[in-house]
Amino acid sequence: MLIIVPIKQVPDTNDVRIDPETGTLIREGVPSIVNPEDRHAVEMALVLKDQAGGGKVVVVSMGPPQAEIALREMLAMGADEAILLSDRAFAGADTLATACALAHAVRQLGQYDLIICGRQAIDGDTAQVGPQLAEFLQIPQATYAQDLRLEGGKIRVERAVEGEVQVLELPLPALVTCLKEANKPRIPTLKGCIGAFREKPFQVWNASRIKVPLEQIGLKGSPTQVRRTFTPPPRGQGIVLTGDPQQAVQTLVQTLREKGIM
Amino acid sequence: MIDFKLSPEQELIRKTVAEFAAEVIAPMAAELDEKQEFSMELTRAIARQGYLGIIVPPEYGGAGACALTYCQVIEEVSKACAAQGVTMSLSNSLVAYPIMTYGSEEIKRRYLTPLASGEKLGCFALTEPNAGSDSSNQETTATDGGDCWIINGSKIFISNGGVADFAVIIASTNRAAKIRGLSAFIVDKGTPGFTIGVKENKLGIRASNTAELVFQNCRIPKGNILAAPGRGFRIAMDTLDGGRVGVGAQACGIARAAYEAAHKYAKERKQFGSALVDFQGIAHKLADMKLDIETTRLLTWKAAWLKDNKKRFAKDAAMAKLYGSEMATRVAHQAIQIHGGYGFIKDYPVERYYRDARILELYEGTSEVQRMVIASYVLGV
Repeated sequence: MLIIVPIKQVPDTNDVRIDPETGTLIREGVPSIVNPEDRHAVEMALVLKDQAGGGKVVVVSMGPPQAEIALREMLAMGADEAILLSDRAFAGADTLATACALAHAVRQLGQYDLIICGRQAIDGDTAQVGPQLAEFLQIPQATYAQDLRLEGGKIRVERAVEGEVQVLELPLPALVTCLKEANKPRIPTLKGCIGAFREKPFQVWNASRIKVPLEQIGLKGSPTQVRRTFTPPPRGQGIVLTGDPQQAVQTLVQTLREKGIM
Repeated sequence: MIDFKLSPEQELIRKTVAEFAAEVIAPMAAELDEKQEFSMELTRAIARQGYLGIIVPPEYGGAGACALTYCQVIEEVSKACAAQGVTMSLSNSLVAYPIMTYGSEEIKRRYLTPLASGEKLGCFALTEPNAGSDSSNQETTATDGGDCWIINGSKIFISNGGVADFAVIIASTNRAAKIRGLSAFIVDKGTPGFTIGVKENKLGIRASNTAELVFQNCRIPKGNILAAPGRGFRIAMDTLDGGRVGVGAQACGIARAAYEAAHKYAKERKQFGSALVDFQGIAHKLADMKLDIETTRLLTWKAAWLKDNKKRFAKDAAMAKLYGSEMATRVAHQAIQIHGGYGFIKDYPVERYYRDARILELYEGTSEVQRMVIASYVLGV
């Protein structure tokens, strides 16, 4: 069973500050981490591999050379191989261009059974790359998975949607995006850490290696662009209506009408 | 060329150990200390992470890590719980090291593999009622019984003593030859004539097990000797040299825990209308504490680097151990001082750090012994 897990290295948003002058992220001195939900995706893949009685978990990331450490950490957790998509041509990619590059990389890996992504990355919060990747590859997808099981050559996915649980059955190959509720990622062992650097295969692929047309990746392949990032001004204080309930309700209704809400 | 940067592999190890220590070890530390309980469950969890066989070569199931990496693991674990730091440190430097360095191939296979996996725990027994700092004054004897060695005597203050599945012990095979008559053996738990005596009630590192070992006509296989008879004192001293590097790392761990608690408290606590940290008297204390920790780390890493590069490191290990152990007591003392009365009560962790730090100045050679060792090197005597 070949399971592919695309991961992203992100700034630890617990440590991120915003420059009040320019409204941009101050990334200097902010530690980089593996996107939290991607760790859950790797855990899900590792558990599934064990359930399947073998196979291979390959982690893939598109990013600058520094993203190597994020992939190494996933190898330390137990992933079998890592591939870093790194090329200046990938720079400035939006979610579409990212998914496009990932799709080309996945095709290079031959026949696979499953792709597991984290639901979304904590820096962009778009939750788009997983679904877009499935579309590029023309495979079924299930997002927001809180549980995943292998059942007779298919997968059974529990999706957490709007306070309900939806159970889906998908043929393979398929793509699943997973939630942090799905599991508790294991902490790499000492041997895992050492093996991640000394034993496990780690490759860097550029754009030509994955045979992707250059106009479909990076800034050129991105139909959306970030125009500006800013911190919204703090909201004003709420109004608390006290006193006689009847009076308060009247005031409330009147206010809502004035604001055109009712 | 001097390089103070850890390798990416060491950085990852440090990070993952810190994560494990914070998530699994730290939440149990206060309770285990209070109950004076050695947790086998926690020890097994630590073993599963590979921390009991850090330096054990991979062919015997260990991680085969170098001394500098070993220091990273010990420091992070000791920061969460000093007692677990002791259990780990002794498993590696006092048990695995002499076996992997001086044991026969059969001994290595028999003891290192289960030690690294956590299936078996070990202990190292040198100290006796009349052989403390004067560790050469061994009264425990091992006499040649033809097809076996017959051990008689007792060992005290043995970390892991009551829970270990086997003990590496030093005994005299020739009392007349004094130091040159000492030898090192391995004794399995359950061997007739080998019993566990009193379990000590301690000031600190209470979640580690410390006990007495008693040998009465205890017969062990002839092959359970490390190296040749008469090499025991050399083995013990070599073993302790390596152990002292680890004590430097333990000191950094305990002191960092104390510093961080004090730093946090000083930012939160307000007196005279200001946070404590805004008073120069407190800020300077914190600065000194940080300086002290950093100094120990440099000494410790240097000793580890020397060891990894196969250079003489005994003096540097003694310096790291001596400076670090006294530093940890100093830093924990100041951490309590910054907490004021709150530091004296068990609702805050700093009193535990203070009690835990104190052992560092005593075991693996007291501060006085370290000064003897350093003096012998620097004065060339």
